[in-house]
Amino acid sequence: MLRDLYRSFVEFLRTFGALQLFFMRLLTHSPTILVRRFGLVVQQVYNAGALSLVIIMICGFFVGGVLGLQGYANLSKFNAEDSVGTFVAFALLKELGPVITALLFAGRAGTALASEIGLMKATEQLSAMEMMAVDPLRRILVPRFLGGVISMPMLTAIFSVIGLFGAHLVAVDMLGVDAGAFWQQMRSTLEIGDVWEGIIKSVVFGIVASLLAVWEGYNAIPTAEGVGRATTRTVVITAIAVLILDFMITAIAI
Amino acid sequence: MQQTRSIEMGTGLFVLLGMAALFFLTTQTTGSGDFSGSDTYEVTARFDNVGSLKNRAPVRMSGVTIGRVTSVRFDPVTLVAEVKLEIESQYDRIPKDSDAGILTAGLLGSQYIGLQAGGSDLSLQDGSEIEFTQSAIIIENLISKYLFNKGSDSDKK
Repeated sequence: MLRDLYRSFVEFLRTFGALQLFFMRLLTHSPTILVRRFGLVVQQVYNAGALSLVIIMICGFFVGGVLGLQGYANLSKFNAEDSVGTFVAFALLKELGPVITALLFAGRAGTALASEIGLMKATEQLSAMEMMAVDPLRRILVPRFLGGVISMPMLTAIFSVIGLFGAHLVAVDMLGVDAGAFWQQMRSTLEIGDVWEGIIKSVVFGIVASLLAVWEGYNAIPTAEGVGRATTRTVVITAIAVLILDFMITAIAI
Repeated sequence: MQQTRSIEMGTGLFVLLGMAALFFLTTQTTGSGDFSGSDTYEVTARFDNVGSLKNRAPVRMSGVTIGRVTSVRFDPVTLVAEVKLEIESQYDRIPKDSDAGILTAGLLGSQYIGLQAGGSDLSLQDGSEIEFTQSAIIIENLISKYLFNKGSDSDKK
């Protein structure tokens, strides 16, 4: 029993260390790939970012809308419904924007990455590349990683902006909050540091979500079941990592 | 070829949207862009109590924002709070004996500095100090005054 615990702990440490080394390898190859094989990166920004746009926009709109509703319902008890804009902006820009975008990103783009790479491995395409002296890490993994890292901050910003307009539609157009108060209170309360906190979070989450998706796909057991399990693990681990990191970054920022 | 073209188009559109969204977030949701680029001059004011006045709080005159608070610090020599304000250069005819008060926007709103014009012929300029100031109203002191019919001496100023 104790030995099992010890063994699983050692196994965890080993995987964690291997993940760090893998991350380092991705990072060392990133600059050259970004310069020399920019076309590949563009292709992956399209796959990870542009194709996630619809789900991000719809979710952002409704998250913003529900924040507007809840904010109005609770703030109007104190006759402070003018602060709905501030409330929504704080919630969206600092927390919900980065976190929900990262979760959606893991579900939409992370799974696609993991299963694509896993299938490449299962059908021995990666081995074939190695035979042809093409490094799959540089040709396949790095562009996908970079595509995710570039897409995440943009997706987060789009999510937050659409959310703000969703909240505006609900609070101002439906519930009758004054539009000037909505924006002006937001502007006078929010500082540029608050926006930066959200952007930094989205960059960190982008790195983590892309890294984990690529890692899980690359280390999938090359069977149908193994690829399926890698896809599931991508979402689960990304969700856990993102929520823990969110807490840590917020703790540092405050 | 057609395929790559549409992918490039899609990516370009996506990145453009992302940039626009980032630009919107950094400029429109915060008040930081309001005074960028315009010339300002700096004046100081000393307050016995600044309440919860923060950096970047607006400076208003007759309700119009004419400047910002740039720093709030405690002066260890005079033992009062020293507030630095930057005022837009186009408002260069504010009388030197104007008085500054710390006011609150609405019941739960943030605090700002309100300037009340004086009657002097001389006007404020870079580096000058506003001599007549009125501290922030502390609600606890008001309540204690109401309840016990007395407040601390600092309120009577």
